[in-house]
Amino acid sequence: MTPRKYLTLFAVVIFAACGDVSLARGMRDFGAVTLANLSQLYSALLNPWVLVGILMLIGFFASYLSALSFADLTYVLPATSLSYILMVLLAKFCLHENVTMWRWLGVALIVAGVGFVAGGPEATPGAHKHHQIETLYGPVGAIGEVADHEVDV
Amino acid sequence: MNHLAVWGGIAAVVITSTLGDVLQSRAMKEIGDLGLVQKEHGLVAVIRRVVTNGRFMLGLGFMAVGFFSLLITLSWGEVSIVGPASASLTFLANALVAHIYLKENVDRRRWLAALCVAGGVALLAH
Repeated sequence: MTPRKYLTLFAVVIFAACGDVSLARGMRDFGAVTLANLSQLYSALLNPWVLVGILMLIGFFASYLSALSFADLTYVLPATSLSYILMVLLAKFCLHENVTMWRWLGVALIVAGVGFVAGGPEATPGAHKHHQIETLYGPVGAIGEVADHEVDV
Repeated sequence: MNHLAVWGGIAAVVITSTLGDVLQSRAMKEIGDLGLVQKEHGLVAVIRRVVTNGRFMLGLGFMAVGFFSLLITLSWGEVSIVGPASASLTFLANALVAHIYLKENVDRRRWLAALCVAGGVALLAH
């Protein structure tokens, strides 16, 4: 894994958690939306927190797709589930929500899941499209093979 | 709404969300590392390759159906059941379908990771 790939997975975690928390913070200004006052959703779109949340979730989708382009789905999903933990921490310290013992236990299980997947390879050999890259020394093989040296190219 | 309808709704969310995730993963595998494609051909080429990929668009459609299925199911049952059940079951379904359809190497380590994260997500609802 190169620093760029770690940064992409980190971006997925940050954008997902901050996007959801921004949306939650923005929707607090409006209260419950029901079928009777559905038009409130339009005014919610003008709320700065909601706007930031939407932009963050666009960032999340872009970085998520980028992560799927170099790593397996069964690696990306557990690895980026750290966003659930960040969401719990932000909910507790920024939104002052009550975090129960069960939720902390859930956080511990997610940490264990991330630990399991982080120790293994990020991609199944041959699963991702192979790609030729021209370097000063001629073409280099598959993306996965050059990935660890791409900073030096 | 009875339990059968709620669990039917949860099943619809799990199936459509899993199909969305798996099809998008397949599309990204076909396109190749987006970072390297961008380095070679530019951002416009990356966007064009992604939005013109049939599997990506089909996956996006399934994700949209999954989202609206979730909204409808949430109106039938309690959020403390529908939310965690659909999220954690989607994790496990993804692992199974990724192994069968994407031919990913889902070894014991990845199964344990999927089980831990699915359990953890279910507990976050308490």
